[in-house]
Amino acid sequence: MANAPAALSSAPEKSNGGPILKMTGVSKRFPGVRALENVHLEVGPSEIHALLGENGAGKSTLLKILSGAHSADAGEIELFGEPVAFATPHDAQRAGIVTIYQEFTLAPDMTIAENVFIGREPGSKLFVSWRRLAEETKAIANRIGLKRSPMTTVRDLSVAEQQLVEIARALSMQSRLIVMDEPTAALSEAEVANLVRIVRALKAEGLSIIFVTHRLDEVFRLCDRYTVLRDGHYVASGQVAETNVEAIIRMMVGRDVGALYGERPIPEHGRVALEVEGLTRRRNARDPNAIELVDVSLKVHQGEILGLAGLVGAGRTETVRAIFGADPFDHGTIRVDGKEVRFLSPRDAMSHGIGLVPEDRKKQALFLGLAIRTNMTIAVQEDVSRGWFIDEKREDALINEFRKLLSIRMASPDQAAGQLSGGNQQKIVLARWLALRPRILIVDEPTRGIDIGSKVEVHNLLIDMAKQGIAVIVISSELPEILAVSDRIVTMREGRVTGEIARTEATQEILMAMMTAHENSAASSAAA
Amino acid sequence: MSEARLEAAEDRGVDVFGFVARFAPTLFLIVLMVLFAIIEPRFLSSINLFNVMRQVSITGLLAVGMTFVILTAGIDLSVGSLLAFAGLVAAVVAKGGLDNRFTVSEGGVGYGWGLAALAAAAVGLAGGYLQGLAITRLKVPPFVVTLGGMSAFRGAALLFAAGGPVSGFQSSFTWWGQGKIGPVPVPVIIFLLAALIAHIVLRYTRYGRQVYAVGGNPEAARLSGLNVNRIIMSVYVIMGFFAGLGSFVLAARLNSAEAVAGTGYELTVIASVVIGGTSLFGGAGTIFGTVIGSILIGVLLNGLVLMNVSSYIQQIVIGVIIVLAVAFDTFAKSRRRKV
Repeated sequence: MANAPAALSSAPEKSNGGPILKMTGVSKRFPGVRALENVHLEVGPSEIHALLGENGAGKSTLLKILSGAHSADAGEIELFGEPVAFATPHDAQRAGIVTIYQEFTLAPDMTIAENVFIGREPGSKLFVSWRRLAEETKAIANRIGLKRSPMTTVRDLSVAEQQLVEIARALSMQSRLIVMDEPTAALSEAEVANLVRIVRALKAEGLSIIFVTHRLDEVFRLCDRYTVLRDGHYVASGQVAETNVEAIIRMMVGRDVGALYGERPIPEHGRVALEVEGLTRRRNARDPNAIELVDVSLKVHQGEILGLAGLVGAGRTETVRAIFGADPFDHGTIRVDGKEVRFLSPRDAMSHGIGLVPEDRKKQALFLGLAIRTNMTIAVQEDVSRGWFIDEKREDALINEFRKLLSIRMASPDQAAGQLSGGNQQKIVLARWLALRPRILIVDEPTRGIDIGSKVEVHNLLIDMAKQGIAVIVISSELPEILAVSDRIVTMREGRVTGEIARTEATQEILMAMMTAHENSAASSAAA
Repeated sequence: MSEARLEAAEDRGVDVFGFVARFAPTLFLIVLMVLFAIIEPRFLSSINLFNVMRQVSITGLLAVGMTFVILTAGIDLSVGSLLAFAGLVAAVVAKGGLDNRFTVSEGGVGYGWGLAALAAAAVGLAGGYLQGLAITRLKVPPFVVTLGGMSAFRGAALLFAAGGPVSGFQSSFTWWGQGKIGPVPVPVIIFLLAALIAHIVLRYTRYGRQVYAVGGNPEAARLSGLNVNRIIMSVYVIMGFFAGLGSFVLAARLNSAEAVAGTGYELTVIASVVIGGTSLFGGAGTIFGTVIGSILIGVLLNGLVLMNVSSYIQQIVIGVIIVLAVAFDTFAKSRRRKV
């Protein structure tokens, strides 16, 4: 409450004390999905506004509508009291709204100055005035504490510095409202502190900021007001000073998860199947923006499902890729069935009975243009061949087995995988790894982008596999999913393990706290 | 995103556009042949048709190898130069060594066609292996490596030839280029046989599947346990082998090998593969398409010659057709994504 009058007093002339941005009744449908339903968002002048919600709550869709990347099916947007509709991101930028996405849009091989003024370089019609370009960039860079020569190539900057370049670009466009989508996801604590300082300075200059984050401590450190979305609906908004972490988590989570998935006792487990100790991977010159892993240790037993929870950039995917031999690491020990191993390639890992269903099925798993048969049996060609030749009869038998087991809808094994729906595509990828008959199966985001029905099928499948004695590691950004399938849950943040808990003791609130914990509190929860 | 439409497409299972796209090269070839037959009846004579096939057979052989390379989203610009170099080595072996290479005598001396063919193949394999090594180990893009190879192999050929052509072989050697089995020229048989074997390899073997997989999505292939580097290496070795084989047949046909042989072949060969429907983006294409593409270019050139069209204009036509074929591929791809 204390913040509000102060914010209003420094309001820009045009706003007359009213909100600078008012989105009312915004709805958006994608075929088969209602992404947003009657959502409101109001941002006042000189206000840092936290937009909160779980993955899939509709934050990104709302921001895309605001930035002109999507158009709303219904609802109104008012900017400084006047109705607006943005057809393209360019329209939104001209109106003073600039969005900084998690994936930066910088040209890595151009200089800071060129990136800041890309498409708007000062100078005559034909020639760029490099002197003015450098001067104007320098002026903006000073405002936000970017201490680099404007002629530095963006590739040579750290992630945090690149983010500052994005902010500088937004400022160069005279923007009034800057939208930041999870700006702190890939930053270290010190870098976050610097960003917080800069965002406060921008606020003091009269700008408003919409701040999307999963780290609730940042909300209380930085933001004036908040809006919470859940399942595409507006839940609440208010003054940050008048609420607390528990209340916000309740608003974000909202539903009774136990009722949706039912109770399941934790089964007996066998011996340790996979053990990782002190896995560490540092940033290096070749990969300066890689996510670091620091002393990651975990183990999973035969017949057990281990959930690996954490926010985007916490190092979950990096951990399993290092285990699987897909990425190199600096040091650490990996033991399979008690024997120390080090895989130089995924092929090595597979020969030890390990399978990995990668995070992004289109980029990392599927051959979209190739037949389902190739997609399903590429990892187990030996099992469906006679010598050098594929035996299509044996292959068809294998495909049929998994078609039935996973109830995959397809016209024929010769159909291209790209023609299937997302859920069926994911089942094809799962089938590829199940056909390998792995002893240890790692699944990264097993149900991303697939419908609820297929989701439950996949969950049951994973539980069945564990019953057969397979050790399973599940990574998911959806806490209900982690709670539905895991027997034990390990949380990560910033490349470190922050805690471990049995599923029966975990709730979304507890997990969220473990995933967003500070290092010191993390240490205590890990010790507990 | 559009699940509903996807389901509909699954149920129908028929795609008229896809069907036309698949047989577009064949349809185009038939139309072209009918057109030429109407304008110039001589075109359809069996002598002329076999002539076209014989002309096509060398670049066709190379195109079969190039199909493997392009399926992995690679390219090999060095084929013409490697062919010249391998051909000279084969010729020198056939003549009985470097000292005898310019001796003009029919038969008698020399190591025979068998060793000559082996030498040609060996040079091709070695050239392909070296380029594959640079692509997979040094991580230099195939375009650059083979552009370098194009220059280096041509230089090696010039050095080896020391200026003049090496010609005058035993008839057992020239039979491979000039002979016939029944009415069919030997080079045509070699080409079609090689195409058949390549078709079987790509369509029915584990290796063939792996080539498509690496071209379709190299990261997914790696995460599925394939040795991506080894597969990429292998396609350049295969390409090299076909360059060696082609050089032998060409030398036999011309009864001569020279350092400027095969100049500009890379264009014809890549055009044959691309016109045959193999995607430059990798992961899609067939040997059948490549054979059709090779014949199509041969028919086109032959028809233009019969119609007395200048060879300069022929080059323009080939250039335009390559661009159109790739444009068609890109269009078909973007359509596929939308479906």
